[in-house]
Amino acid sequence: MADAPSRTSLHDRHVALGARMGAFAGWDMPLHYSTARAEHRAVRESCGVFDVSHMGQIEVSGPGAREALSRLLTNDLGEIGPGQGQYTLMCEDDGGVIDDLIVYALADRHLLVVNASNVSACLERLADRLPEGVGLTDRTLEVAMLAVQGPAWEEALRPLAATPGPFLLDYFEIGEDTIGGVPCLIARTGYTGEPGVELMCPWDAAPRLWDALMSVDAPPVPAGLVARDTLRLEMGYPLYGQELSRDRTPVEAGLTWACDIEGGRFFGAEVMRRQVAEGTPERLAIFRMTEPGIPRAGQEVLVEGRPSGRVTSGTLSPSLDVGIGMAYLPSPVSSPDNEIVIDVRGKPKAARTARRPLVATSPKE
Amino acid sequence: MAAEESYPAELRYHREHDWVRVEGDEAVFGITWFAQDALGEVVYYDPPEVGAAVSRDASYGELESVKAVSDIFAPASGEVVAVNAAVQERPEVVNEDPYGEGWLIRVRLSDPGELDELMDEPAYREYLAGL
Repeated sequence: MADAPSRTSLHDRHVALGARMGAFAGWDMPLHYSTARAEHRAVRESCGVFDVSHMGQIEVSGPGAREALSRLLTNDLGEIGPGQGQYTLMCEDDGGVIDDLIVYALADRHLLVVNASNVSACLERLADRLPEGVGLTDRTLEVAMLAVQGPAWEEALRPLAATPGPFLLDYFEIGEDTIGGVPCLIARTGYTGEPGVELMCPWDAAPRLWDALMSVDAPPVPAGLVARDTLRLEMGYPLYGQELSRDRTPVEAGLTWACDIEGGRFFGAEVMRRQVAEGTPERLAIFRMTEPGIPRAGQEVLVEGRPSGRVTSGTLSPSLDVGIGMAYLPSPVSSPDNEIVIDVRGKPKAARTARRPLVATSPKE
Repeated sequence: MAAEESYPAELRYHREHDWVRVEGDEAVFGITWFAQDALGEVVYYDPPEVGAAVSRDASYGELESVKAVSDIFAPASGEVVAVNAAVQERPEVVNEDPYGEGWLIRVRLSDPGELDELMDEPAYREYLAGL
């Protein structure tokens, strides 16, 4: 990318805190402030806050919007009503993943929160397939987003919320409130596996919201993208560009649960129905190392000595203190408790496939 | 906690951000403050074996942070006579004390003349300023 990376409205705050900044999807984002492991543990044990303003917000509104979206998104949109969100995917006609996202049904519109790297791909697909009269607006540069994640999220937010509303939300519900004087959409969602909320506010109001969060008695620990990655990997949440791409379908990625396979008329449904019925040659597996060593994306996976796949994501799990990763493997091997070997820069290291999540935690409370 | 930035005057420096402390015909290798800062918190150390040969400018081991892997380069050639097990036990000691407890290997030098080609502290600081 030749252009200078974009900055969120919290850039100055990150720099003032001494964050190590790095490029991500065209944005200059905090990678870590202290150490990734300390930030990771803060989220698992108390509470952390992430600037995720780089993520895309796309609004779809007007007559026919819901019907059109139900064809563009894999999950059953009929299951959610105003005030509710849903994890879902946008796919090609052949089932290849364009993006994974959360769709929120609001009173007068649907809000799609998409990956930063896929904003234009999603907009293109929507513009191509939405019928005339359905409104499509990119709000990415108007909406800032903070993720407050961890078991102590309520303590961090309670002194700042104007009403008890945010604390009455169930998992994947969304509401409105004023937090520290800033009007926010508050969603009980996240990407860490811990309970928490994602706050969406006007772009320029994010510094005020951030300062308010930092002013409470038990403020959340600022956490960067490295911790965000290790947290999601321990949960087995896929990341677009690593586990998800146009070359893989949600069925291969183990996301059939987010697809209305039986009744769905979404683009890609036919291919996926066939894959569910017949099985796929490969499936996404999660694994943990059974000897020292850290797997990394791109490394070869060996099964009984034969090259059988490549690591899509790998790291040291800060919670478990062992190497963990994900890889697409021949389907029979992808189930839990199979012995595999990772070629860690020429050194074969033993690993075992596992069940998701790798850590005993739940975002549902 | 991470150490303050420093480059001791008694060490010699390699352009891949490794340092060497000469002790008779042996030398101790490690990575500089700059290198550990760039890597972030070290979480894994894959050292060479005692007895292995290391060659000047070649990688002799790896340090990893949560996010990245970094080769460690030998500032001079020789034979490994000791490996710092304390770094294997608690790799973050490299961040806390890169020139002391965070040393990586001890080597019997095969060609001490190679040391003349390394940078001293002012030269290394100048090199860093130009990066």
